[in-house]
Formats: sequence, C-alpha cells, structure tokens
Amino acid sequence: MAVSDALRPTATVSTTQDTDPSKRPNRFRQALPQYAAVSPFFVLFAIFGAFPVFFSIWLSFHSWDGIGQMTWVGLEQYSYLLTDPTFWKSITNTLIIWVISTVPMLLLALIIANALHNATRFRSFYRIAYFIPNITSVVAVTMVFGSIFSNNFGLLNAFMTSVGLDKIEWLSQPWGIKVAIATIVAWRWTGYNAIIFLAGLQAISSDIYEAAKVDGASPRQQFWQITVPLLRPVILFTTVTSTIGGLQIFTESQVLFGSSGAIGGPGDGGLTIVSYLYDNAFGSNQFGYGAAIGWALFVLIVLFSIINWRLIGGSDDERLTKRAARRVQRKIAAEQTAAGTAGKESTDAH
Amino acid sequence: MRTERVREVVSHVVLMLGVLVSLFPFYWMLVMASNTTPDIFTYPPKLVLGSHLWENMGNVLDNIDFFGAMLLTLLASLGVTVLVLFFDSLAAFAFAKYEFPGRNLLFGILLVTFMIPSQLALVPQFVTLAEFGWIGSLKALIIPGAANAFGIFWMRQYAKGAIPDELISAAKVDGAGFFRQYLTVGLPVLRPGLAFLGIFTFINVWNDYLWPLIVMTDPNRLTLQVALQQLNGVYGTDYSMVMAGALMSVIPLIGVFIIGGRHFIADIAAGAMKF
Repeated sequence: MAVSDALRPTATVSTTQDTDPSKRPNRFRQALPQYAAVSPFFVLFAIFGAFPVFFSIWLSFHSWDGIGQMTWVGLEQYSYLLTDPTFWKSITNTLIIWVISTVPMLLLALIIANALHNATRFRSFYRIAYFIPNITSVVAVTMVFGSIFSNNFGLLNAFMTSVGLDKIEWLSQPWGIKVAIATIVAWRWTGYNAIIFLAGLQAISSDIYEAAKVDGASPRQQFWQITVPLLRPVILFTTVTSTIGGLQIFTESQVLFGSSGAIGGPGDGGLTIVSYLYDNAFGSNQFGYGAAIGWALFVLIVLFSIINWRLIGGSDDERLTKRAARRVQRKIAAEQTAAGTAGKESTDAH
Repeated sequence: MRTERVREVVSHVVLMLGVLVSLFPFYWMLVMASNTTPDIFTYPPKLVLGSHLWENMGNVLDNIDFFGAMLLTLLASLGVTVLVLFFDSLAAFAFAKYEFPGRNLLFGILLVTFMIPSQLALVPQFVTLAEFGWIGSLKALIIPGAANAFGIFWMRQYAKGAIPDELISAAKVDGAGFFRQYLTVGLPVLRPGLAFLGIFTFINVWNDYLWPLIVMTDPNRLTLQVALQQLNGVYGTDYSMVMAGALMSVIPLIGVFIIGGRHFIADIAAGAMKF
C-alpha cells in the first residue's frame, strides 16, 4: 500500500511555488511520499517489535501457559527470578563463556590484523579464508566441533592420547562444555574481528608513524602509543558487538545438548541465559517467566554496553581521535627526552 | 630493507597458521562425511578422505526432506532479501535526500530500536504470530524481518555520499515524482550498496536458527538449519551421515560467498568504521 501512495504523482514540485503561509499543513502533505517511503519499517516495527516489547512487560507480571487464563502475579516472576539458582547459573555460564571466548578472540584478531597489514601478497585469499567461518551456519559448525570435542572418539582426545596425555570428557564436565562452546564462538568470529581491525589499521595515517620514527619511537612504543589509542573506536565496536553477541549465545549449546533432554548439558554446564529463556517459554510453556528472563537479559546487555563504553571510552569522534594523536606524539617526545637524560636504557629495552 | 622482508615472511607464517585453523574444520567435515561411522570411531582416527561421500549423502536424503527444507530456506532468504532491499533503500533514500517535518525524530527512533535485543520479546512475538495464524507458514519467516533498522541506517550513510543532489533537482524539473526519482536516480547509484545488504541479509536468514526453531512447528516444514539439527538429534550417533548433511547445507552459501565475497568483506569493514 505504501508503494501505491508513493507512486502517485506527487505534489512536491507543483506546490513548491505556493508560498501562502496560511497553507502550513501543506508541508506535511507535500512530504506524504517520504512518509510512505519510511513507513514500512515503522509499521513492521510497531507490530513485531514495539508491541511485543510492551506486551512482554505485561506478560512478565502474569503467570500464563500460553493457552489457559492469564493470572496476575505482580512482581512474583521477578522476585522468583532473583532467587532462582538456575537463572544465576545461566548468567555465570554465559559470562564465563563470553570472557574465555572474547579475550583470546580479540587478541588473536589484533595479531592477525597486524600480519594482514604487513603482508602485501595473497591479501584477498587471506581475507576470504578468514571470513568463511563467519558465514558458515552455527548449527553445522557446532556439529563439527561437537565431534572434535567428543568424549570418547573425538579428534582432540585422540590427539591428546597420542601425545601421552589423559583423555578429557569435554562434553560431560561443566568447564569442558564451556571451553568447547567458547572455541566455537572464537573460531567463528576471530577472522571477522581481524578484518574490522585491519580496516582500522589502514585508516591510521602513515604520517603519524613517520613522525614517531623520526622522534625515535621503537616498534613496541609505536604499537602501544599510536596503534592501540587510535584503534580505540574500532576496539570499542568489536567489544560492544562481541558483548551483545556473547550475552545472546544460544545455538551452540542447543545443538550440542538440545536433543538430550537437558538443554544445558550435563550439570547445566552449557546453560546460557537465552537457552534458559527458551527452555522456560517453549519447553515448559511458562510464558510469563520467559518474558521476565527476557527483561533481565535486556538489563544485562544495557549494563555491559555502558561498562564497555566507559572502559574503552566512547570518543569515536574524529576531533578527539586527532587530539589523541597529538597527545601521543607529545608523550613520545617527552619520553624520548626523559630517556635521553636518563641514559640509554630505553633503547635496548626490547 | 631487510627487516621489512623479515616482517613480511613472519606475517605470512602467522597468517598461514591462522588459515589452517580457519579451514581445518571444513576439511574435517569432509573427512567424516566421506568415511563410514565405524571408520571415524577408530583409534588412531582416519585423517584422510574416504569413498563413502555419495552413500552418506544418499542417507541424508532418505532420512530428512533435505531439498524441501532447502527450498523453504531459499524462499525465506530470497523473500526477506528482496523486501529488505526495497523497503530499506526506499526509506534510506527519503531519509538521506529529503527534508520533511519529523525526519530527525523518526530517524532517532529508528536508531533507538537498534538497542533492543531480538530475544527480549521472543515470547510475545510468538504469541502475536500465533494470533495472526502465521505459525508454521512462510509468512512467519519473511514478514517480521522485511525491513530493518540496520539496513536503513547503512543505506542512508551510503546514499548521502553517493547520490548527487543535482541529479534529484534535475529529475524534479523533469516533473518526476518521489517514487520516480527513487527509481531513476536513487536505485542505479545505490546498486553496490544493495549488493552488500543483499548478501548480508541472505546469509543471516539462511543461517538463522532460533526464530525458525520457534515458529516452524510443523515437522514437515522445517528450514535447513532446524532440519539439520533434527537429523543430528535423531541420528546423532551416525556421524558420517550427520556430517554429510552439514556439508550439503554449507556448500551453497560458501559457493556464493567465494564468488561475491571480496567486495562484501570490504563493505563489512567500511560499515564498522562508520560506527
């Protein structure tokens, strides 16, 4: 419908000459095609986004199995949530998986991005090879890794046996499960983050490095004093997206354990927040409780995004970046003069 | 000069190691899919390709409606992609190139919707779709995702720089209405941006798992990912067949990606830099 409105020959051109101030509503009428053009998103969002969000507040104050009567329970779902040990376990599980996947992932991505930046040949081959894990479905990837981590005949255990180590029942122990899930996450996203870091590295003007070299900054100083500060906005982007993605982790544990009856696996070691939500809402039809878990997840995401923002600093503004660059140059210059007076220690530091 | 050569060599060594880690799981998938399950379950494990690939693929086709699931996934992915490209580029064109009352407010609202995690309202979304009677139908997979904030935001950034105002003024002088301006001036210029958004959307819908798991309740109408997981759940011990299924499900997407991937990767990185 939006389309046919927009198709109608518009009044935009013919009424522009009309400057009569008494016809002010015309500004809105003139803009009808534009409103029609942006409306599909807002209509769809109202129905499938905004309404469900408000409905989920309402729902979280009720007890409802999806079929029978909704019963008003006030804040009971939330007070139960706060004392529900399984819910807290799902939060700690999610956070542990997030940390042990994100930290190595971002460090590796930074190393790969640096190597990509230095390598002049085979660039497009590398990029495609590093990006392919990211476009491959989590379901298929989890099946492959599930077999690699498999308790008895897994490739990893076979390798460990062949080098004289004891087998580990990866998928039966709470921490083994977390390592397996974190590996899958890191494997899928390291290349993606490396490509983003690479774009950040390429955006740093080589003049700054030249100036630092003239000032006598070592490669290590250049990395920590120029590269890392100037990459800040990009690091912020990758950290925020990894946090949001990490808190919503679901498919990995569902594919590993979903058909085993216990969605979180042995000892609920792989139970994440979203898998707990899914299990409550669609496994045992506790729609009210599921909605409450959804809100807890939302609060957590907002909280962690703010923490990220504060820690890394939201100064993605170009002006601030330039100011940082100047500050760095001054700092290097100051360090050099200090080193100059203190002797030659700093030059053979590395 | 020499240090630069050393640095280049070290970089390639690091990168080749990374490529090995990146690609090994695909090789391993192929190894398992081409051997028999007893072969996989031996010690030491077989690390080379076997000769049972066709047989294992045949078993997949016997046990799940693979092509049915693939067709459904293809229709959903294409449907969402076509609608997203049209609705997002149309809205982006209006936001980027026209002044209208409330424009900034509307765009601000659009940006705020970014922050809402998709799982927040999972339960009411399901209830809403059930109310519409859409559970189990293709509509449930296509309509809710037919326009999105990310695409509009991204296309608007693109349109702002790419479409010259003079072209729009010229079209206006020729008497073209808004929609004609979009068709004749906007769309041709936006084509590279549309290519990126199209691949991005297609991949996301193709790989999506949680949403189709919830709304496609008819066991005879499952998307590829859900069907694959069902195969895994029912025949989990038959590794070689499950892996053959996994292989069959990832090949089409990897093929598309290798053909059109280079620009796509550059665009993803450029998008992150605008953050």
